[in-house]
Amino acid sequence: MTHLLEINNLDVKFDTDEGRITAIDNVSLTLDQGKVLGIVGESGSGKSVTAKSIMQLNPGNTIYNDNAEIIIDDENVLKFTSKNDLKKIRGGKVSMIFQEPMASFAPAIKIGSQMVEQLMIHKPLDKNKAKNISIDMLNRVGIADAEKRFNQYAFELSGGMRQRAMIAMALSTMPKLLLADEPTTALDVTIQAQVINLIKDIIKEFNMGVIFITHDLGVIAQVADDVAVMYLGSVVERGPVNEILKNPKHPYTRGLLNALPDINNLDAPLTPIPGNIPSPLERPTGCVFRTRCPNPTHDCREGNIEMALIEISPGHWVDKCCINCG
Amino acid sequence: MKENIVSVNNLSVSFDYQENFLSKKQKIKAVNNINIKIKKGSFFGLVGESGSGKTTLGRAILGANKISSGNVIFHDDDRDFDLTTITSKEMKEYRKKAQLIFQDPYAALSPRMTVRDIIAEPLEVMKITTSREETDERVRDIAAKCRLNLEHLRRFPHAFSGGQRQRISIARALVSNPKFIVADESVAALDVSIQADILNLLKQLQQELNLTYLFISHDLSVVAHVCDIVAVMYLGHIVEMAPSRELFSNPRHSYTKALLSSIPSVDPENKSKAIELQGEIPSAMNPPSGCVFRTRCPNPTHDCKEGNIEMGLKEVSPNHWVDQCCVNCA
Repeated sequence: MTHLLEINNLDVKFDTDEGRITAIDNVSLTLDQGKVLGIVGESGSGKSVTAKSIMQLNPGNTIYNDNAEIIIDDENVLKFTSKNDLKKIRGGKVSMIFQEPMASFAPAIKIGSQMVEQLMIHKPLDKNKAKNISIDMLNRVGIADAEKRFNQYAFELSGGMRQRAMIAMALSTMPKLLLADEPTTALDVTIQAQVINLIKDIIKEFNMGVIFITHDLGVIAQVADDVAVMYLGSVVERGPVNEILKNPKHPYTRGLLNALPDINNLDAPLTPIPGNIPSPLERPTGCVFRTRCPNPTHDCREGNIEMALIEISPGHWVDKCCINCG
Repeated sequence: MKENIVSVNNLSVSFDYQENFLSKKQKIKAVNNINIKIKKGSFFGLVGESGSGKTTLGRAILGANKISSGNVIFHDDDRDFDLTTITSKEMKEYRKKAQLIFQDPYAALSPRMTVRDIIAEPLEVMKITTSREETDERVRDIAAKCRLNLEHLRRFPHAFSGGQRQRISIARALVSNPKFIVADESVAALDVSIQADILNLLKQLQQELNLTYLFISHDLSVVAHVCDIVAVMYLGHIVEMAPSRELFSNPRHSYTKALLSSIPSVDPENKSKAIELQGEIPSAMNPPSGCVFRTRCPNPTHDCKEGNIEMGLKEVSPNHWVDQCCVNCA
């Protein structure tokens, strides 16, 4: 069976004034239809850059490696050069929802016009049909008074409602793949719960694949089928959500779980991960985690071990360096 | 020795609002009839969604917002500061005792000042120290307590990560030797691994320096971990207040229950559904009459639905206070 999305050996580098920065190093991921792949990691770990690479939304100074592949429907997205090809991906087969719903809508254009505009670019529809589909979509994501909201501006909607409208807009073109970049981070918990349930219902209804990026392991546990844990541009551990969260093997994954306040166990101490995430300009050689590893082996500390994921149980992949350390 | 460090009595804060220059001036009540007492040495948590008035309450206690009615009294060892009648001279004195730590460590530090100057500035502005040597000594002392080393003091904020910056903000807040700290969403902008570090630091400093915190946060699991007592705010009112263990194990208000159930569990097998509240927090410009929660209450009584019940906290068990309307509804 072919996958909906296949990322193979992706490297992303940025050319900056201070030098060439490695943002993503040798990332390979797959996603099937109807599944949710969660990507977790701290700020600067390359979660968003990975997602943006799929739609080629990274800035002009981005350098992709030659042997990298991002395959959607048997086509390598990275080989697309013409605007028309990219259009098929951006908003067509793939849609993206962003963290800050206020910043994602144009402030001076009505929500409805923005929805209709993008729908007409991707589908051969006239204005009236596009309008009907948009209003129907707003209804489906649980916006009351959809017709009234259709004629309003983004500032007239509350945060939760804006995020719903954003989701409605992303779904109206019936994409096969939805990229959700921290879609609930800016929301209050009660609204976050509503949006998570909404996304879960939508996946069932539309049977699409979702990449869900977040730093919140609780949210991952509730929405994802598979998880990839990223650190400094590399995937350090990935596998089924249950396996990763209950039986984490990488010290970074364990560290993240230990640092999380657990409401059911108030006596547990909060254990921070020692040290700071290194600057991308000073990326460690060998295993990227070695500067913060609780008990590195000699070879690891010297940076002699190359990073590579190995499968320790079916579907559970861990960086090989850190299996020896942990 | 006085037991409380801050008493807030029937405090209301409202802001003037005018839609455009022709329309009538309206008042928005951001904080409504709040009564709290903060015990010396406690870690007092304030939770609620955006727009619930947490920050306004914190700022009012620091004298940074005008108080519309009621009063706030800060009890120092030898004197009391009443913030409704405070003179500007007394205010200068009060500023040394009560300080604020901000949310965003990227915005709170001037990019053009060295870390040493940032931490020293309060001492110079408040004229606490008399010589440069004395200032330097105080700065080094507090920096060490916040785990910043001498090398760090010479650098500029851009060289630091989020967690280190937050430690600089904490050092700046503590350098004047305050007794009371308002920490407004001080860990919200940090990654989890660093958040744990800052929370542990705040706890440790509390013991070393005998501090009292008002800890404002929207993250219930963080509050549950660090606070001794927690007040839940909704639309300008405190709807429930209890020692944190009691509150989290035995919530009585439907809003608190909904908040607790909304926290996503890290256990993928625990798919217990969140109690979904209908709609969203109403606008403060046009709050519901009577109980402010009634528009989202899952099972309101008849009187509640009609808005006939006044809000007010009632003690349901020792130190556990719940809004009287919602005791009946739940």
